[in-house]
Amino acid sequence: MTQVRDEWFRPSDNSTDEKEAVVRPSLSYWKDAWRRLKQNKLAMLGLIFLALLAVMAIFGPIFSPHSVTTQDLPNQNQPPSATHWFGTDEAGRDVFTRTWYGARISLFVGLMAALIDFVIGIVYGGIAGYKGGKIDGVMMRIIEILYGLPYLLVVILLLVVMGPSLWTIILALTITGWVGMARIVRGQVLQVKNYEFVTASKSFGAKTPRIIRKNLIPNSMGPIIVQMTLTVPSAIFAEAFLSFLGLGIQAPFASWGVMANDALPVIITGDWWRLFFPALFISLTMFAFNVLGDGLQDALDPKMRK
Amino acid sequence: MGKYILKRFLMMLVTIFIIATLTFFLMHAVPGSPLESDRNTNETVQANLERFYKLDQPLHIQYLSYMQSIVTFDFGPSIKDPNRTVNELLARGFPISFELGIITILVAVVSGIILGTMAALRHNKMIDYAAMAFAVIGISIPNFVLATVLIQQLAVNWNIFPPATWTSPMHMVLPVLALATGPMAIIARLTRSSMLEVLTQDYIKMARAKGIKPMRIVLRHALRNALMPVVTIMGTLLAGILTGTFVIEKIFAIPGMGKYFVDSINNRDYPVIMGTTVFYSAFLIFMLFLVDIVYGILDPRIKLHKKEGDV
Repeated sequence: MTQVRDEWFRPSDNSTDEKEAVVRPSLSYWKDAWRRLKQNKLAMLGLIFLALLAVMAIFGPIFSPHSVTTQDLPNQNQPPSATHWFGTDEAGRDVFTRTWYGARISLFVGLMAALIDFVIGIVYGGIAGYKGGKIDGVMMRIIEILYGLPYLLVVILLLVVMGPSLWTIILALTITGWVGMARIVRGQVLQVKNYEFVTASKSFGAKTPRIIRKNLIPNSMGPIIVQMTLTVPSAIFAEAFLSFLGLGIQAPFASWGVMANDALPVIITGDWWRLFFPALFISLTMFAFNVLGDGLQDALDPKMRK
Repeated sequence: MGKYILKRFLMMLVTIFIIATLTFFLMHAVPGSPLESDRNTNETVQANLERFYKLDQPLHIQYLSYMQSIVTFDFGPSIKDPNRTVNELLARGFPISFELGIITILVAVVSGIILGTMAALRHNKMIDYAAMAFAVIGISIPNFVLATVLIQQLAVNWNIFPPATWTSPMHMVLPVLALATGPMAIIARLTRSSMLEVLTQDYIKMARAKGIKPMRIVLRHALRNALMPVVTIMGTLLAGILTGTFVIEKIFAIPGMGKYFVDSINNRDYPVIMGTTVFYSAFLIFMLFLVDIVYGILDPRIKLHKKEGDV
């Protein structure tokens, strides 16, 4: 029979703490998403392009020696040169300056539309998803009907009535545009509200607003952000499309769509730069937002987490 | 199924009613009368004109007669061109726009599915990258930009296709190309991703193990299931193509309904705007209804009875 010795019952030394130390920095959801987004080269390219575009939209017109609106009739329809990098238009206005000015308007319309859709969609979809039952049923019927309305036709109709201007365009785009966002928010909330941590939160006595703010919204953010990234290019496209129908921003200011529309009569005569630059930037911006949206979709999807 | 169709049909009628009402009140919210112009018309003429367009009636009477005109499909005369009725414009423009739309949809669906399937079958190979690069570019370039570039290059510079109008099959190439590229790119991307998913499923492995020829597996087993998302998005694509015809018809000087619609917007010709909007909307809503029905027939798993949790 072995003797029970005292040293068997020594307290363990502190070195075990090291084994439990967190070696790698803990990744929050957002850090992890950002790490994965960085690996997507195309999405990063889109992000960098958009950052540059934003900088040029803000500072481009300031650095240019030419004004956006000043007409210079002797110099009309000049091809790109050292003084006018992107050429001039039919009134002798500098296309380079106007392109960055157009970027301001197009980006502003896109971002505002996405933001307003986001706010309305979160509130409407959040309530419908969280309350459920009869309230949800009625709210979803309304959405179904609105969803069936032809989006651009309604927008055109509204603009005919309100008259085209920056804010009426944004208003017209969001009056019907929030529906898609509300559907996504509701779907997310329906899913998240049945998770255990929400039940836990409730059992601790958390009230509805707190649950919505602290549990539901942060955990359904992924698809919502993706939807926002995809709303921006579709709003920019819609604005360009409306300008093309003569329902866009009015002269002397110009969005890309207005510039492209104004360039139509001269494209046949070979004044390619008039259409080329606005069209190039519309396409690049749509491209950038689309690849960024795709990248975010992969990065924010918890299922893709390794 | 019958109950589902009936429910969708009633929803369709409600939606058409709402858009018609919305159109009416929006048009009447415009300050001033549509008859006001630079010309100095004397009071009798003005009064006669107002009676002719029923503008002297109280609003609810106008609304009722407007609803009646929709039900009987008679939108009355145009304001800018009183010798023409809105019905005539629709009758002349709609067949052309319809032709443009149908050809575009066929081209977009067929080529989009082929492109997407090829990309999925050659996943991460050259064809896949090329097809997807093409698709992303196709989605990014607005149709009116593409249309102008096509005219500039293929019609003006190289003189291969005629630049405008809608008279022979050669005339149709450029407008259809400009209008179909965007939807085609969307369909190609969608087909590719759902095809990739379907190809990993067990029943495809099973079919392979049974020794069924690869071509037959793709066409009969994989494609059928992979195309469901494409059917789902058809409604949105139809709406896009329909509104796309406005600008395409304007650029290519095609005398379709879109051209009358755009002209009526620029002229503020309210009866034509109302007539075309209601007609367009009703047409589109009806197409969405058809897509829903087709979807219900194609996918036996569709939930006909809504439960909580359905979107």
